[in-house]
Amino acid sequence: MDALRRTLLKGAGATGAIAAAMAAGVLKPSQVLAAEYNRAAFEAKDVAGALKNIGAGGATDNTGIVIKAPDIAENGAVVPVDVSSNIPNTVSLAVLVDKNPSPLSSAFDFANGALPEMALRLKMGQTSLVEVVAKTADGKFYKAKKEVKVTVGGCGG
Amino acid sequence: MMNRREFLQILAAASAAGFALDSRTLLAAQGGEKLYDLPRFGNVSLLHFTDCHAQLMPIYFREPNVNLGIGGAQGKAPHLVGERLLKAFKVKPGSVEAHAFTHLDFAQAAKTYGKVGGFSHLATLIKRLRASRPGALLLDGGDTWQGSATALWSKGQDMVDAGKLLGVDIMTGHWEFTLGAERVKEIVEKDFAGKIEFLAQNVKTTDFGDPVFKPYVIRQMNGVPVAIIGQAFPYTPIANPRYMVPDWTMGIQDEEMQKVVTEARGKGAQIVVLLSHNGMDVDLKMASRVSGIDAILGGHTHDGVPAPSVVKNAGGRTLVMNSGSNGKFVSVLDFDVRGGKIQGFRYKLLPVFSNLLPADREMAAYIEKMRAPHQARLEEKLAVSEGLLYRRGSFNGSWDQLILDAMLEVKGAQIAFSPGFRWGTSILPGQAITFEHLLDQTAITYPYSTLTDMSGETIKMILEDVCDNLFNPDPYKQQGGDMVRVGGMSYACDPHAAIGSRIQDMRLDGKPIEANKTYKVAGWAPVAEGASGEPIWDVVSKWLRDKKVVTPRKLNEPKLLGVANNPGIA
Repeated sequence: MDALRRTLLKGAGATGAIAAAMAAGVLKPSQVLAAEYNRAAFEAKDVAGALKNIGAGGATDNTGIVIKAPDIAENGAVVPVDVSSNIPNTVSLAVLVDKNPSPLSSAFDFANGALPEMALRLKMGQTSLVEVVAKTADGKFYKAKKEVKVTVGGCGG
Repeated sequence: MMNRREFLQILAAASAAGFALDSRTLLAAQGGEKLYDLPRFGNVSLLHFTDCHAQLMPIYFREPNVNLGIGGAQGKAPHLVGERLLKAFKVKPGSVEAHAFTHLDFAQAAKTYGKVGGFSHLATLIKRLRASRPGALLLDGGDTWQGSATALWSKGQDMVDAGKLLGVDIMTGHWEFTLGAERVKEIVEKDFAGKIEFLAQNVKTTDFGDPVFKPYVIRQMNGVPVAIIGQAFPYTPIANPRYMVPDWTMGIQDEEMQKVVTEARGKGAQIVVLLSHNGMDVDLKMASRVSGIDAILGGHTHDGVPAPSVVKNAGGRTLVMNSGSNGKFVSVLDFDVRGGKIQGFRYKLLPVFSNLLPADREMAAYIEKMRAPHQARLEEKLAVSEGLLYRRGSFNGSWDQLILDAMLEVKGAQIAFSPGFRWGTSILPGQAITFEHLLDQTAITYPYSTLTDMSGETIKMILEDVCDNLFNPDPYKQQGGDMVRVGGMSYACDPHAAIGSRIQDMRLDGKPIEANKTYKVAGWAPVAEGASGEPIWDVVSKWLRDKKVVTPRKLNEPKLLGVANNPGIA
């Protein structure tokens, strides 16, 4: 079944759906999000600075934020990180990697009741804390963390 | 039964007289013949061996005298060695079990009791256990298709056929994957079809997360539905070359494991057993987080633990076992299941003494035929070892020291690194080292030896990184290998410290290693794609042939800080 799905996707690419998506990608994020792009937050050099710039300096810990990420990354260049929020009325999620040069990796808004779930591929040069901040409709901020270890590999068992 | 003092006196007398005692006589004096009298218990029986590392022939295998546990693992199984292990598990000092489970008096006791394992002896034991336990399942925890010359040369085929002949029902894997994804799929889909189930709930495709193998099976055993779940070594793509399995992702995956357990229970499984290649420390943590698993039959860390660890969790309790390595042990786990509930269990980790178990004729014939074309090459005598050679130990082993010494000389290096593999058989003092023995230490699909210029800073980073894989306080962040073996330079190690601070006082010829200075470092088994170099067995066999007689090696071990009273050191 998965083989069929792959074939279909390849077919979709050939018939233009993926080509169209790529064309859309030609637009730079700064142009797409010109109105809302939080330059100061994305360019902050530390977690505290990024949090401050998205207004989440006082975020409180909450276990309703679910971070699914490997304990040890298989490849630090593409670490799969799945994030979701069970906190009612979550309207945005931001993901930070504390050891990255610019810790804020992404911030998404979920409008009109869209489910606050996303799957990301993040780059990490070293063992880091992945921190997720959720914002609810009433303007409150919550956070959760998970460590992802990045290792040089080899020498196993 | 004799006591330890009497036993040692007999050994000393035998040694002085220049002959080895007949093991049958000695074992009889100790009640050793009763070792395999294991009456049937209950109605669900699982037989388990793991990490045999392709050892088809009987071998010697010395258990470690250093198996350090740090933090929550300190002082608990499997991090107990020598007398501390005997005491914790009430094993009689000087007994045949004491020899099986510890390094104590190893060389002398090994001469007396003889070799362990060997598939034809294992086959006899399995047949006996099956005869007394109708319906029993034979589980193979993996690391079966790698570890010997013949497994390497046949791309695992000798072990695939041996496993089928032995009657393995279900297996999972780790080093199997270093034959490459295509070869693994070929074996599972063709050789194993309808015979052996290869299970792994934690191996998925990198693109869509589709399962690569079946996660579990349910088998009826004497009217009881029994679920077996497979868990492959979670960190294969990190500890071994990623390019061998480029499209597969692994990891521990607790949540997925819980889903599989719940699903199996939902389908009526009354017993749920995890066939795991996590390593024992990871198994212990997983048992505390996932509920509904009755027993974890584990491997990877090669721990021969005489009794199960009982772990409490939200759903009740889970038994955690680890069945040693190299064909030296078979676990026998019996459950009495009535009215859908476990009424009781019995567990025994049986050592496989080749002299006490006659060879199974069919298996012996298969092995002889398979080896015949390779015999001359396998039996080439490279040198004689004056000292005991072994590998296991958290920091170094004399076999690894030999490899390091050979690399330093042949490669003209200042410093040498050798991976902390836990497989590899032992050589007794006075024994000849054959090419086969050397391949027991080195037979991998990426055997390249290297000589690299490294800065002091890089050397420190590598040592810290590997050390964290052993001593990170969170078992989920460990990889289950031992510390990289280091030749040429000295260092101190504080296992309790955090990453970045464990490795201290690095010195070469007494002078501190400088962060910005460059050093010539020899190594082998690089995990990066495109690596090349002379196979390590060529480097070492050259050195051995040249030496002819190898003097006892002087172990280069770090000065350990803060572990004086740790029961993981003897």
